[in-house]
Amino acid sequence: MYDAPQTQREVDLTQTKIAARNVQVYYGDTHAIKDVDVNIEDKTVTAFIGPSGCGKSTFLRCLNRMNDTIDVCRVEGDILIDGEDIYDKRVDPVQLRAKVGMVFQKPNPFPKSIYDNVAYGPRIHGLAKNKADLDDIVERALRRGAIWDEVKDRLQSPGTGLSGGQQQRLCIARAVATEPEVLLMDEPWSALDPIATAQVEELIDELRQNYSVVIVTHSMQQAARVSQKTAFFHLGNLVEFGETGQIFTNPEDPRTESYITGRIG
Amino acid sequence: MPLFWLLVILLAMAAGGYVLGRARAIRSAGGDSRKLHSLPVYYGSNVALKVFVPAFLVILLWLLIQPVYVASVVSGMLPDGAIPDNSSRGLVMAEVRRAADGLDNAVAAGLMTENQARNARADFQDVTQRLRDAGQIVTSDVTQPVLRSAQRLRVMESTGSMIMAGVAILLALGGLAWGLRDSQLDFRARNVVERGVMVLLIAAASIAIFTTIGIVFSLVFNTYEFFTLYRWQDFFFGTNWAPSFSGRGGSSDLGVVPLLWGTFYISIVALSVAVPVGLFSAIYLSEYATSRLRSVAKPLLEILAGIPTIVYGLFALLTVGPLLMRVFGDEGLGWMQAGTAVMTAGLVMGIMLIPFVSSLSDDIINAVPQAMRDGSYGLGATKSETIRQVVLPAALPGIVGAILLAASRAIGETMIVVLGAGAAARLDLNPFEAMTTVTAKIVSQLTGDADFASPEALVAFALGMTLFVLTLGLNVFALYIVRKYREQYD
Repeated sequence: MYDAPQTQREVDLTQTKIAARNVQVYYGDTHAIKDVDVNIEDKTVTAFIGPSGCGKSTFLRCLNRMNDTIDVCRVEGDILIDGEDIYDKRVDPVQLRAKVGMVFQKPNPFPKSIYDNVAYGPRIHGLAKNKADLDDIVERALRRGAIWDEVKDRLQSPGTGLSGGQQQRLCIARAVATEPEVLLMDEPWSALDPIATAQVEELIDELRQNYSVVIVTHSMQQAARVSQKTAFFHLGNLVEFGETGQIFTNPEDPRTESYITGRIG
Repeated sequence: MPLFWLLVILLAMAAGGYVLGRARAIRSAGGDSRKLHSLPVYYGSNVALKVFVPAFLVILLWLLIQPVYVASVVSGMLPDGAIPDNSSRGLVMAEVRRAADGLDNAVAAGLMTENQARNARADFQDVTQRLRDAGQIVTSDVTQPVLRSAQRLRVMESTGSMIMAGVAILLALGGLAWGLRDSQLDFRARNVVERGVMVLLIAAASIAIFTTIGIVFSLVFNTYEFFTLYRWQDFFFGTNWAPSFSGRGGSSDLGVVPLLWGTFYISIVALSVAVPVGLFSAIYLSEYATSRLRSVAKPLLEILAGIPTIVYGLFALLTVGPLLMRVFGDEGLGWMQAGTAVMTAGLVMGIMLIPFVSSLSDDIINAVPQAMRDGSYGLGATKSETIRQVVLPAALPGIVGAILLAASRAIGETMIVVLGAGAAARLDLNPFEAMTTVTAKIVSQLTGDADFASPEALVAFALGMTLFVLTLGLNVFALYIVRKYREQYD
């Protein structure tokens, strides 16, 4: 059902990166997220689990204000990153998204070369002083995305020509290249086969050293394998949030227990 | 028997066959239509098809072959002596046909009996005069051989159509018997009707294709004829366009270069108006506008495409031309002599093309997956950065296709040019000069009394061919671009 050794994982740093207080999200008349309070820590992998339609992706998209692109969506409550309210009027969502990177469900490389895909973020944010600098950034990002060895000889070929797993790692490298502080991943495995999934999982564990990573997943095994903290969402409510080991071995809420033992979901 | 009545009879037989076939099939199942292989309708349709289709095809074929056959027989009947030295068999045949028509009309008007028309002899009765009296146009005296041939022609044609009617009705009866015999319990009428539907659809598709081929062939033959009368080097490389009509004498200069230049120049002006405006409005509509605004603005923009081009022409002539004159004319900058100029036609044509560019580009931009935009926004890109660097490159092949389609519209446009650009064919760089295009010159070469044996009229076909090749090439290129880069994003 889940990997037991992970339950003992140490969490060294407990500095809060993102704090959500009393968050409500509405899609038109639908109340999609109800009263969510959560603290997401720095240099930690936090997993959002729950059945389909429970609001976990919606909540994830609130963290970098991607829901702004949806007309009917309305967010209430406070979400603080490093103590700063991201829904404050003075916050530029574009700046925020540079700080809070995102990897999507389906790999979505741009129809450009592999190099340009990764260089996209650094270019629009002016992170590189010159061409050599940009080359360095691209190489570093591709190495962190664990895809450098596979693509270093064909950086100019189109990113859409890679396999699904490579595309997803390219998208992760692309997100990493802008040096975000938080990395949001919305079911990055859903289009991948088991081998590619394993590669991405390993990658996430490495990314934890530099970033606060938030992942959304259906799969409880996966949450157990890669995360230190787990939040269980059900019907728009945050049911339970705590140490991953705690959630999977000794859930407090009966709904969590039902879900992880396969009775609901 | 007139063709119309023959077709009515066939249709009535088909309708009767439908009812009979349906009834017979139901009877064969003992009144329980569930026992039939197909629905009763299909049995009826099967009979109707078998009655109508073979008979109809025979009529079509007959109508195509009979005139050719009759003409060859009658033309073989004409003795060599009946053909004057300065004439040809074809001209005499035309005379025969005219005489035959004259006899038909005279009979119809009651000035001759059918018997007289069949047996009249030119040397005893003055047929020519009698035909003139009947209001027929007879150019020269109807000689005895011509009259004989005309009489023969009439007889052959009338017996021919009698036989055709007989054959068609016999075939229809045969089809009725065949169809009724088939209308049994186990007959798979549904499959037969299905195949019939398929053949009908194929026929519809091939009519379009064969018509296109026919158009191309008529262009090719007439173009070939033109080039036997006029040197092709002079046509393609001549820089002077000065046709003179045979009435005025003298030889014409028929160089296509000034016309192509005019076409090209006006199209460039038109595209430099239509592409930026169209593309920007497409970007606004698909990326920035709210869906409510979009649902109002897009149809409004597409109304522009529904305005007849002659109306645009009037707009150019009466509004844009004088407006430009006020700024660039003698009272203003002094660059412009008259309201009709490349600029006038180009601007108005550009307005006409805006909806082509914007509507197609809008659809293409909308087809770019939302995931691309999300990916870009997720990296902290602004809206315009996303559009410039992700959406437009992904949509580019389609946009190029849209622009090329607009360009081929511009090249083929006629009315705006006729009214807006003047009629002078000249090679000039000044966009405020009057120029003209290939299409406008085709119109002017073929209006009025055109003698289709003179290079001045036949040049229209060569121009049409040139234009056809140009736009075809452009369309093929556009399709190639669109296909080649279409799979860039998924």
